Amino acid sequence: MSEYIIEMLNITKEFPGIIANDQITLQLKKGEIHALLGENGAGKSTLMSVLFGLYQPEKGEIRKNGETVRIKDPNDANALGIGMVHQHFKLVEVFSVLDNIILGVEPAQGPLGVLQKAEARKKVLELSERYGLKVDPDAMVEDITVGMQQRTEILKMLYRDNEVLIFDEPTAVLTPQEIDELMKIMKGLAAEGKSILFITHKLDEIKAVADRCTVLRKGRCIGTVDVATTSKEELSEMMVGRKVQLVMDKQPIEPGESVLTVQNLTVKGRRNAKALVNDVSFNVRRGEIVCIAGIDGNGQSELVYALTGLMKSDKGKIYLNGQDVTHASIRERSAGMSHIPEDRHKHGLVLDYTLEDNLVLKRYFKPPFSHRGFLNFAEIRRYANGLIERFDVRSGQGATTLARSMSGGNQQKAIIAREIDMGNDLLIAVQPTRGLDVGAIEYIRKELLAQRDAGKAVLLVSLELDEVLEVPDRILVMYEGAIVGELDPRYTTAKELGLYMAGAQRNV
Amino acid sequence: MDKKRSFSLGSSEAFISVAASLVCIAIGLALGLVVLAIINAEHAFGDGLLVILKSGLQSPRNMGTVLANTAPLIMTGLSVGFAFKTGLFNIGAAGQYTLGAFGALYCAIVLHLPWYLCLLAAMALGALWGAIPGIFKAYLNINEVITAIMFNWIGLYMVNDIMYGRGQGAMYDLSSTKTYSLRKVSPGSMIPSCGMSDLFGKLQSVTIAIFIAILFAIAVYVVLNKTTFGYELKACGFNKNAAQYAGINDKRNIILSMTIAGALAGVGAGLYYLSTVAEWNPQVSTALPAMGFNGISSALLACSNPIGTIFSSLFISYITVGGTKLSTQYYTKEIADVITAIIIYLCAFSLLFKNRIRALLRANRRSTEALKGGEE
Repeated sequence: MSEYIIEMLNITKEFPGIIANDQITLQLKKGEIHALLGENGAGKSTLMSVLFGLYQPEKGEIRKNGETVRIKDPNDANALGIGMVHQHFKLVEVFSVLDNIILGVEPAQGPLGVLQKAEARKKVLELSERYGLKVDPDAMVEDITVGMQQRTEILKMLYRDNEVLIFDEPTAVLTPQEIDELMKIMKGLAAEGKSILFITHKLDEIKAVADRCTVLRKGRCIGTVDVATTSKEELSEMMVGRKVQLVMDKQPIEPGESVLTVQNLTVKGRRNAKALVNDVSFNVRRGEIVCIAGIDGNGQSELVYALTGLMKSDKGKIYLNGQDVTHASIRERSAGMSHIPEDRHKHGLVLDYTLEDNLVLKRYFKPPFSHRGFLNFAEIRRYANGLIERFDVRSGQGATTLARSMSGGNQQKAIIAREIDMGNDLLIAVQPTRGLDVGAIEYIRKELLAQRDAGKAVLLVSLELDEVLEVPDRILVMYEGAIVGELDPRYTTAKELGLYMAGAQRNV
Repeated sequence: MDKKRSFSLGSSEAFISVAASLVCIAIGLALGLVVLAIINAEHAFGDGLLVILKSGLQSPRNMGTVLANTAPLIMTGLSVGFAFKTGLFNIGAAGQYTLGAFGALYCAIVLHLPWYLCLLAAMALGALWGAIPGIFKAYLNINEVITAIMFNWIGLYMVNDIMYGRGQGAMYDLSSTKTYSLRKVSPGSMIPSCGMSDLFGKLQSVTIAIFIAILFAIAVYVVLNKTTFGYELKACGFNKNAAQYAGINDKRNIILSMTIAGALAGVGAGLYYLSTVAEWNPQVSTALPAMGFNGISSALLACSNPIGTIFSSLFISYITVGGTKLSTQYYTKEIADVITAIIIYLCAFSLLFKNRIRALLRANRRSTEALKGGEE
């Protein structure tokens, strides 16, 4: 019997204009946690989709326990004991946890197919006990936390007796505590003999749980290494192809006059009168990066909406360069304010527009991009090509690529290019590095720093602790809509910051 | 060089769209033949499908009838397609068309105004009827489909009531039970023929309406694709949130988009009635004008492309006229509607066809490239 439970040998998968997987070999041992590391667009998801039967490879073979198999669709994968937790969960929101788990393999009896839920419930509870996957089987999926939704997805695989479990970027949506718990669960699963493929681009997580790691770069396999004997620096170099500077080199600057001044700003919810942003006052000056930290959902999004004009504020004043813009329209504000939005698909881009159309989204009505109401396509093309080159935005067909078909990192770069090039004094960046790989994160943080060094005011909203401690000159912590702490990142530890974020401590 | 690239990309996409629509039409006709065969197998081909396909070209008069019906259909097709492009479903084209008909006929029969003013009146009333659902959508977030359907019926009954006026309406001709014929009471309000009717067997209803409709199609194409206004409208249609984020006034754009859509449908009615293709019959009051709903078909078949709408409208009119020439001994004329319906239904699959065609093209290219590689 083979040492490997799954072997993917010399897999090649092509898409029009791109080789997503080029002769990739990946061998998964029984009972190991095997990380698949690579930047966005390196071919990780494609490779896993091949294994899960969503794509057919042009070349190469897949073996299970040494025997060649053909996986035509996810049903075949399932029959071979391969299960997958997708990055975006595939759950029916209005079904209970139990219903979701048994969906598609409902135990039924008799010619009428009467559901035998009691039996299913017993098995689910057993599994949940055995692997420490705490769920409430009767809760509606829409009501439970993201962490519990993920545990539901894991139970779905276990319920189907899958032995090979694929996790596609499972930590992207979790809080730090939930990540710790997931890591424990994964180790437990491996100890029980399950084999795990773990797709990620976070090096800490690989160091924490994985036994071995296969690194992909631009569709090619760079190598498979033993995690225990490989340093994080070596891993990131394998992934990016050059040395990565994760710690930022920041020169002290004396901040100048205030660009954004917020006084007693209050924003109330539409449904109830509870204040989402509660009497917030602060300022951002030239040459500094101020970071709003906090656990997700403590009013950061609403604060930004009020500042940028997407939401009306109920009380208080907003001054931009000394001018009262509290009631100004979005377009009036964008004359002095750039905004990298939290959700690049919802707000940042018109996905069905081309890259060039998106790059002029805030300027199409100005000369030279239009004249008397008619768009000047040549000028738009020239401008877009300039930005694409300067900000290294990569895409299949250059300026005419549909935004939808670009990778997340490059979509974000396009937004950043557009917003920075507006040359405004204030840049509001909301979670600008969310879901991006190391190389892109490094790039974006450097751009923010460059803006600060150029004398612009930067307001950063971030949920990532390392970003909060690394990037800004000042930290403001938001808790339940109010600012509860102002901290200097140079003298603040992660633990201290956590106390403010949890509302256990305050200093303003 | 960049320009060239975008051009070839655009034209190959256009080619694929057209090819997909043609595939829809071919399969639609084949299925239509099956339907004809089910009703009357013996005559399905010779007296059925062939009649539908041939009649439109059989005589100059038939050709003229096709053209006279194409012009208003282009307009309602543009109306629906324009709204589609901006993310709205204008199911109210029928109502806007009804109001347009009233505007045109009132100005012609009662006020004896010249044809272009009558057309303007049709446009204005259609625009008004389009604007109302737009306002409801923008300010109260009420789905435009619901409001538009209600206003279709409100418009229809209102217009019928005014025109009929209990048999004494100023526009109502008791002897024909329709509105007065413009040819008799106000020839000056008729859209000029400029020799068109002589070309098509002296059919008086063939006028320059078809050219007016084509001009509108080109104008809509330019607005949507070349102007900042079109850029904004499409941005709102694709992603309302992103449009808002970019500072685009989405409320204003929703209202404007519906107003323009209404105006286009209104002009459609003007082209139809001012060309005297038919008179309005206020007593057949239970049905909305089919022209409004056929606009949906026409827009769908053209994938909402304004230029494509010219051809899809021509095609639909062509087989509809063909349908009327079927021998009533074997079939009813509605069979043409059935075939159109099948074709439209298949249009829902046009994306599938597009992907197929794209894959075919790619395979073709690869094999020719492979051949070239072998030669070298």
